[in-house]
Order: sequence, then C-alpha cells, then structure tokens
Amino acid sequence: MLDEPQEQAEGSLTVYMISEHSSLLPQDMMSYIGPKRTAVVRGIMHREAFNIIGRRIVQVAQAMSLTEDVLAAALADHLPEDKWSAEKRRPLKSSLGYEITFSLLNPDPKSHDVHWDIEGAVRRYVQPFLNALSAAGNFSVDSQILYYAMLGVNPRFDSASSSYYLDMHNLPHVINPVESRLGSSAASLYPVLNFLLYVPELAHSPLYIQDKDGAPVATNAFHSPRWGGIMVYNVDSKTYNASVLPVRVEVDMVRVMEVFLAQLRLLFGIAQPQVPPKCLLSGPKSEGLMTWELDRLLWARSVENLATATTTLTSLAQLLGKISNIVIKDDVASEVYRAVAAVQKSAEELASGHLASAFVASQEAVTSSELLPVSLCGMDCLFFCPISQHSTLMH
Amino acid sequence: MAAAMPLALLVLLLLGPRGWCLAEPPRDSLREELVITPLPSGDVAATFQFRTRWDSELQREGDTDHYFLRYAVLPREVVCTENLTPWKKLLPCSSKAGLSVLLKADRLFHTSYHSQAVHIRPVCRNARCTSISWELRQTLSVVFDAFITGQGKKDWSLFRMFSRTLTEPCPLASESRVYVDITTYNQDNETLEVNPPPTTTYQDIILGTRKTYAIYDLLDTAMINKSRNLNIQLKWKRPPENEAPPVPFLHAQRYVSGYGLQKGELSTLLYNTHPYRAFPVLLLDTVPWYLRLYVHTLTITSKGKENKPSYIHYQPAQDRLQPHLLEMLIQLPANSVTKVSIQFERALLKWTEYTPDPNHGFYVSPSVLSALVPSVVAAKPVDWEESPLFNSLFPVSDGSNYFVRLYTEPLLVNLPTPDFSMPYNVICLTCTVVAVCYGSFYNLLTRTFHIEEPRTGGLAKRLANLIRRARGVPPL
Repeated sequence: MLDEPQEQAEGSLTVYMISEHSSLLPQDMMSYIGPKRTAVVRGIMHREAFNIIGRRIVQVAQAMSLTEDVLAAALADHLPEDKWSAEKRRPLKSSLGYEITFSLLNPDPKSHDVHWDIEGAVRRYVQPFLNALSAAGNFSVDSQILYYAMLGVNPRFDSASSSYYLDMHNLPHVINPVESRLGSSAASLYPVLNFLLYVPELAHSPLYIQDKDGAPVATNAFHSPRWGGIMVYNVDSKTYNASVLPVRVEVDMVRVMEVFLAQLRLLFGIAQPQVPPKCLLSGPKSEGLMTWELDRLLWARSVENLATATTTLTSLAQLLGKISNIVIKDDVASEVYRAVAAVQKSAEELASGHLASAFVASQEAVTSSELLPVSLCGMDCLFFCPISQHSTLMH
Repeated sequence: MAAAMPLALLVLLLLGPRGWCLAEPPRDSLREELVITPLPSGDVAATFQFRTRWDSELQREGDTDHYFLRYAVLPREVVCTENLTPWKKLLPCSSKAGLSVLLKADRLFHTSYHSQAVHIRPVCRNARCTSISWELRQTLSVVFDAFITGQGKKDWSLFRMFSRTLTEPCPLASESRVYVDITTYNQDNETLEVNPPPTTTYQDIILGTRKTYAIYDLLDTAMINKSRNLNIQLKWKRPPENEAPPVPFLHAQRYVSGYGLQKGELSTLLYNTHPYRAFPVLLLDTVPWYLRLYVHTLTITSKGKENKPSYIHYQPAQDRLQPHLLEMLIQLPANSVTKVSIQFERALLKWTEYTPDPNHGFYVSPSVLSALVPSVVAAKPVDWEESPLFNSLFPVSDGSNYFVRLYTEPLLVNLPTPDFSMPYNVICLTCTVVAVCYGSFYNLLTRTFHIEEPRTGGLAKRLANLIRRARGVPPL
C-alpha cells in the first residue's frame, strides 16, 4: 500500500512519477489513484515519452477532478430541459445543511415485533461519512418508527417463486401515501432526505422489487432523486417456526446501512469515477468517501451557488428597473452589496484554485441573495404602481 | 456478526424477552383508557386517555430556572378536525387498532362539549430521581347530548356514540381498558343496565367521592372472542330522576361590570361550599395590556370582610409587548363567597391593530384556579403505576385532598373603536366638492355664448298679436 506523505490543500492534486520497472505498482498497471488527492503514474523510456506520460497524467487528473459532466449536473437546473438527460438531475440542490431521517415502517405490528439498533448504526456507519462531508454543510440525523404505515400499492403474487413482487412501474406510486405520515419536511429549515426501511406484512411476505427484466433486484431497494430511498427488509421465514405471533425481528443493520450509504452517495451526486484503462483505483477508506470526491462535490457546489446567486441578482435588477418609485431600506441595500462582493470573491478564488474559501464565499453569496426578494417585499415597504401614480388621497 | 446472530436468537428463545437485559434499547410503553360516565340528565360523557412513556438518558439538571417558564393563552380558538388529525398522529396505533378506532371526527365534533389536551412531563424512575422517563399523556373528553345525538332516546352504546365498535387491542399497548361509571346504579339493576355484563369492577376514591367502575379489558382474549367486537350498551330501565348533581366544593365565576367605553371593573367570584373546611386557592390572571389595570383598586372580600392574600405576584404590562400577570394565594373561608375585583381603563389602539370586526369585542383569557380541595372520604395511598390513568393525572400523596385546576369563562370586552368609515366619507365628500366647484368654475370659464336671431313667427304668432292689439297689450 502506498503511503500518503502529507496533507494536501483542498482542490489540489499531487501526481508522483515512478520508474518504468518499479515494483510499487503491479506490473500491468500504469497508474494508481489514491484515496487522498494523490496519484502515482508509471514513467516510460520512449521517444514520445513526454506525450505518453502527459496523456496518462491528464487521464488520471480528469478522473479525479472537475469534468464537464460534473459541471453539467451542477448547472442542470439552469439549463433548458431537453439538452440533458434525466441522469444528470439526480444530485440534491446545494443547501446550507441537510436533515437525514431514517424511518422504520412496520405495517403489521401484530405479526412482527421489529427492533433496530439505529443509534449504534448511525454512530458506526453514518456519522463518519457525514463527518467527512461536513465541509459541504450541516447535517442532522434523526430516526422514527411508524406503525400501520402501508405502501400505497398492492404487490402482485408470483406463483413461480411463491413470493410477492413490486413492478418497476409501481415504484413511483409507493412514495406519496407514505410521505404524508413521515412528517419531517414541514418542520425543518433544511431539505430532508428520507430513508425508509419497510418490513412487509405477513400476508405479503416475502416481497421483492423487480427491475425491468423481471429479475429481483439484489439489494431489494430503490431511491428517488432529491427525496431519499426505500429498502424492503424481508423477515426470514425460519423465524416463524416459533408460531407465536408477534415474532421478534432484529434488523441486520450492516446490510441495511450498506444500501443506505450507497444511496446517500448517489443522492449527493458522488458518482463512480471514470477510471482510465490500466489504472488501479484504491477504495475509499472507512468513511466511505475519498477526499478528492469531496473536492469534486465542492467544485460543483460552488459553481451551482454562483449560478443561483447571479440569476437571483440579475432578475432582481431587471425587476427593480421596471418599478420606478420603490423605497429600499439601508440594510437591504447593504445586503445587495454584500451579495455582489461575495460573488466576485468566489469567482476570483475559483479562478486561482482556492477551493475552500471559494466554497464559503459562494455559500455566503447564495444566502445573501436568497434573502433579498423576501426583504424587498416586506410589509412596511411602500411603492406606487405607475398606473395609479396620481391616486393619492387629497386631504 | 453472522455467526453471533443465530446464537443470540437461541438465547432469546430460551430466556424469553425478559432475559434480554442491558443490551435492549429502551422501549415505549403505551396505556390507553376510555371512561364512560352516564350523567343524570341522560347525557353521557366519554374521556379517552393515552399515555406513552419512554426512557431517556437525559439527566434532569437541577430545577427548572423560572426565567424560562412561559404561559400563553388563546382565548377564542375553535377546536376542529384540523386539531384532531395531528393529535391522532401522535398515537402509535393511530385509528387502526385499539381504542383510537373510535376517534372519528364527524362524531366527536357533533357533541355539546369537546376538549383535547397534550401533557408532556418528566417522571422520576427512582426515589432519588437520578434517572427520568418522559411521559406523554393525551386526553380527549366529549359529552354527547341526549336530544341532539341520542335523538331523545336515553339508550347509549358505543356504536351510537362513535359509529364504531371495538375490535382488537393495539399490539403496542400494555394496557387497553374501558371503564363505565356505575356508582349510583350499582346497587340495583333497575335504573341502568350495562350490556355485556362486566366481569370485574373497580372501586376507588376519585375526586373525593367513592366511585365504582365496570371494567372491560380489551387485552383479555375472552372478551373479544365471544362476538368479535365489543359494543358496550347502556340502557335506562327507569328514566333517571332529575335530581340536581351535587355542587362541587370549589367553583368560580368571572364577569366585567361598569358602563361606557372608558373604565370597567373585573370581578371574580370564588365559591367554597364545604360546610366546615377552609382551603387556599392559587389564582392566576393574565389580562391583555390594553385593559390597563389599577392595582391599588384590587380588593378581596369574603363574607363582607377584607381578606388579605398570603402571597401576591404582580408583573405589570408593557404596551404591545406583554400582558399583566397577577398571581395570588387566597385563603377561602368555609361556606363562603370570595370576591376579587380590580378596576381597569380601556386603551385606544392604533388603527392597524384592530381586528377585522372590532365591534365584536376583544377576548380576555380565563383565570386559572389551582387548589387542593379536601375530600369527603379519605383515599388510601396507592401505587400510582397500578392505578388507572384517570386517577393519576394529578397524583396527590396525601389522600385527604385532591388536586383541581379550574378555568373560569373567557370574557368579551369592548374597546373604544374609531369610526372606520371616515376615510371613505372623506373621499366621497372631497370628490363631490371638487367636482361641483371645479365643474362649475370650468363651465363658467370655458362656456362660449352665441347670439341667436329671433325667428319670424308663423301663423300662430300673428293670430296672438291680433288678440293682444285688441286687448291693448304690447305685441310679442
């Protein structure tokens, strides 16, 4: 295993060159991408050495840093719809923080007495991942257990495997009836991500999710962009042998958290990187997130924040150009100046490659510009429509 | 991990759920109850109570700092289905199993009295209170009217009251019971018949008097298996004698007196009808800032003599920020009426602060009376965990009195209101005056005059001139 020498600055990449016959890499691999912003490329003795090595370095750098499709995904909201496919719309919008909710749905408490050690699982698996992502925002996690919460769809019976299945076409209809009972989105400042674990009722056990070919999905789970994910946990039929209802079910949190963490990565837009040929990709460390993946996320977020802030400021300027007699308070005016300054600073820092300060400045720009339309249309503001310019009371 | 799982299951099967110590996470426990009380007037009162209790690692850090206590009242808010739905969502088995299937909005709001409450409080788990559990109690009380809901017939059943019957208990509840108050009808089955006949009864001192209840336990499998559903019926064999119910030992009234829109007097009457015992009452009043109270006019009289309170706390109001807060501990002598009165002045509000219908008046929140009322019969100290929920909402360790919290009626007070039609009047008058004056001036200044030649008359004019010459009058 190649050792990492020192901490790298955010947004930077270090590439090490090793000799052609070095044994640090396996013989057939030409490059290696490490978990913490470093890469190793094998050199070559050749007439065209510079070109070949240059190509390899460019391939490695493209795999590890900002590319066009990451930018396209970030700006997906601001571009016309037909240009980009639905694939690009999966990541969450940039926000100051997120609230993650884990819910256990038990529609049949008479048959299943379900227990899950969610606190331990969050502490062991989810919290390290969120700590690694902490630069991207504030995260808060909570959990709940809901009883008598049904899916809105009736599963069909498959006599071949004597099990029930949910078709891919039915999956979008599952979410709505459940969402009214989850009850978290009304009371939170930040966007909410819901992860549901559904233990099917005894009459519909076991329940599988089928993909479009009719084969059951390996993880028995699906996710919906910008909302969250649902996993179906089937109770092992051997536990029913005790024949006293309700049976006690201890949920295997490892299996569940594997799926939820993978869905969380996809929801944030941390996609699998395009690994160049003959490249060895080191897996992520125990947190589940490689540092340069976080960098890519922050680049994309900064660009998205800048786009949002400039769009808001531009439309506000156009609106104010049309209304002639509007009174603007001093603090609102200083907010505008602050937003513009933050946008400029963020663009400069992005150009010079200082990722951390660029991201912070872009978040400040978005916060200031989001507040502007609200404070302009406050209750104490007094403005006249051009039509009724002369309709004042004559006392 | 995978190998440990079957082993753990084996241990579980051997020991049962109780063998699972320390590793088990804290579980909620739910108790639910329904108390049905037939009233002498033929009406019936039903009270639901649900208690959820969960353990928490939160330690109680000393006493609550009183700077963080807040008290707020909204005097005139109508309770409707919008309030019932989120209240029901707090129940684990919400409206699918257990007693909560009876909570249907169309029947519950078709009553002459409806009250809902949510209480959250910490409960000590041991004597030294080093670890606490949190308790969430939800109560709902309704009174069904004999004439409106019962259509004049004095037979009641669960189906007639709630249009539902009880089928199965909630799997999450450790206790699920229905209590029917059969105190006055216990001795003879001739006045009230309860169907199906109860298997057990429960006797206790509730609110100072001895009461008997018939118990129907939903978790008792014999109860449900007989008929797959439980529909408790109450039949009056003889019409109940219209005897007045006994007067409670403590009751109160509140009213506003005075005339005009400048001043007034706020009076609260506290009645102690106990023949020989006096007891103290804590009175809490919150008066909005626009009724400016004059505390030097506060008088408390009982039986014609002045009664000095043993404790007064007064926090004056700040305009548009906070209301008056007046809290007093008053000793009520036996068999007496105590009058607490205070004079106030009505303030004039800014024109944007009036409600859409200002002549309806402004509501003043009710006063709250809290007292430990002596009981007729002393209760034995019981284990609060075993007693039913309706007995342990306000537990008192000493059985010789019981705790009561009363709310007086809210008041409606008129404030001096400006004439809101004046802007409209001013606009109409000004526009009329301007139109008339300016219009006339404009006409005078811009009207041009043409000279018109007189026409030579026709035949009629010559005839008229002939007659005029004959009379000697000048011609036309």
